[in-house]
Amino acid sequence: MHLMDIDQIRSQFPQLKEKVYGRQLVYLDNAATSLRPVSVAEKWAEMSLRHNSNLHRAVHKTAVDATEEYESTRAAVAAFIGAAAPEEIVFTSGTTQSSNLLASCLEHGNFFAEGDEILICEAEHHSNIVPWQMVAARKGLKIKVLPIDDRGQILISELGNLLTPRTKICAVAQASNVLGIINPIRKIADICHANGTLVFVDGAQGIPHLPTDVKEMDCDFYAFSGHKMYAAPGTGILYGKRSLLEALPPYMGGGEMIESVSWEKTTYAPVPRRFEAGTQNISGVPSLRPAMEMCKLLAGREITAETERVKTFLLGFFSAHPDITLYGNPDDPAEKLPIFSITVKGAHHEDLALILDKMGIATRSGQMCAEPLMDGFGVTGMLRASFAPYNTMQEAVYFTECLQKAIDMLK
Amino acid sequence: MSSLAETKAAVVEEFSMFDEWLDKYEYLIELGKNLEVFPVELKTDERLIKGCQSRVWLDTQVQDGVLRFRADSDAIITKGIISLLIRVYDGRSAQEIAADNFDFVEQIGLRENLSPTRANGLNSMIETIRKEAERNV
Ligand SMILES: Cc1ncc(COP(=O)(O)O)c(C=O)c1O
Repeated sequence: MHLMDIDQIRSQFPQLKEKVYGRQLVYLDNAATSLRPVSVAEKWAEMSLRHNSNLHRAVHKTAVDATEEYESTRAAVAAFIGAAAPEEIVFTSGTTQSSNLLASCLEHGNFFAEGDEILICEAEHHSNIVPWQMVAARKGLKIKVLPIDDRGQILISELGNLLTPRTKICAVAQASNVLGIINPIRKIADICHANGTLVFVDGAQGIPHLPTDVKEMDCDFYAFSGHKMYAAPGTGILYGKRSLLEALPPYMGGGEMIESVSWEKTTYAPVPRRFEAGTQNISGVPSLRPAMEMCKLLAGREITAETERVKTFLLGFFSAHPDITLYGNPDDPAEKLPIFSITVKGAHHEDLALILDKMGIATRSGQMCAEPLMDGFGVTGMLRASFAPYNTMQEAVYFTECLQKAIDMLK
Repeated sequence: MSSLAETKAAVVEEFSMFDEWLDKYEYLIELGKNLEVFPVELKTDERLIKGCQSRVWLDTQVQDGVLRFRADSDAIITKGIISLLIRVYDGRSAQEIAADNFDFVEQIGLRENLSPTRANGLNSMIETIRKEAERNV
């Protein structure tokens, strides 16, 4: 791939040219979902309009092509995140399904006994809290919380104290969707593994921003959503170390997840198909390939330099502003993604988001699916501006100007 | 006191002066700031309206055969909307409110232009006022 400058990159994302209320759209809600590049939309359409067929089932040419598209995507994902083999990649509908699948399969695989413990980081998204709570309620497990400090960083020194011989799994995000803080996964994994505790990493926010290698992180399970990294919604993966996946029972019963079915005895397909019951997202999944290509392009030098400028500028702006509190402010800015959640003295997050919207700026306001974290900071919600690599310094400056206007209006 | 129809028409008329959304918001913010102070002790869970991203408390009393509304929110634009609802419905009979179609909200372009979560909040507010009226008919 040749290097592209930011204008060339931006031209690949047609929605960046949209207008709202007659103003230029400035899309700063990327942590909720990214925009789609033309290449993704084209692959997605091509799968629907030219190669549509169900997978693995028929011998005809189109079915073979569709299956090839699907399976080669699995191999590409494995390579992209450094998995040992394509069999370690389970396709899901997204991070939420991945965490539910894992929690449910561990439960049904008798991985947990009553009184066992699950350790969850304080800053997790609900999708990495609630599935574990559900299992805990059914199995009589104890949920423990791995705390963060005032700046949003995991209190890694606490980890050792929280682990007990009964801690079976630790659930933690690669990066928080509120704080943008990149967590020290390798350190966490080393400490957990020394205790015999497995590690599940929610990569929903990490994958679009960070070079990701599951072997380097040494996590046991890893999940992400396609729609946050430029691919079609309704796609996602669960990575698991092969030996661990092989020890798990199926998730849902149905077509394609079986080896043979009879009234007497049904046996299950090997991993990963054991976890992929029913017709899969046959048009969406192949769009992960151009999406991963886009991730690589966006990791180019020129683009990352612009993102760094945006980050430095906004960190400076927020910390100098007398009325703004920024959540997720690590000692080293390199440990933060360009995700900025703030509260403003005297201005409600929803009022700010409504006014910014009318100025063309898409932000997120509210609890951002992280209520325990909001409670921890003692706030009812925040305003979040989440940048993608295709966002520019110009947009960041416009955002700060509009934010200031909104604050002045509300004062 | 002017009639319900007249008050609604007056509100619609006022909002027709704004072509710009930000001007509309400026006005709502102004109204919100001038909303009568809501006693803290009334901020109970029973008075909290569900469905709003911002929190809204609504207190309804029956006084001399009419409904009296007081309300508050932690968000100022919501407070501005509350102030409009109070201006239109406060002090009217339960029958009159229950029979109303709340169409002025649409006519001033609030429902469709507030974000979906906010529109739900607005709907919840209106629903609560309507239910209170029906309960007291
Ligand atoms: C950190 C994190 N985890 C999980 C999720 C859930 O992702 P999805 O809704 O795609 O399943 C999100 C998305 O909001 C997220 O930001």
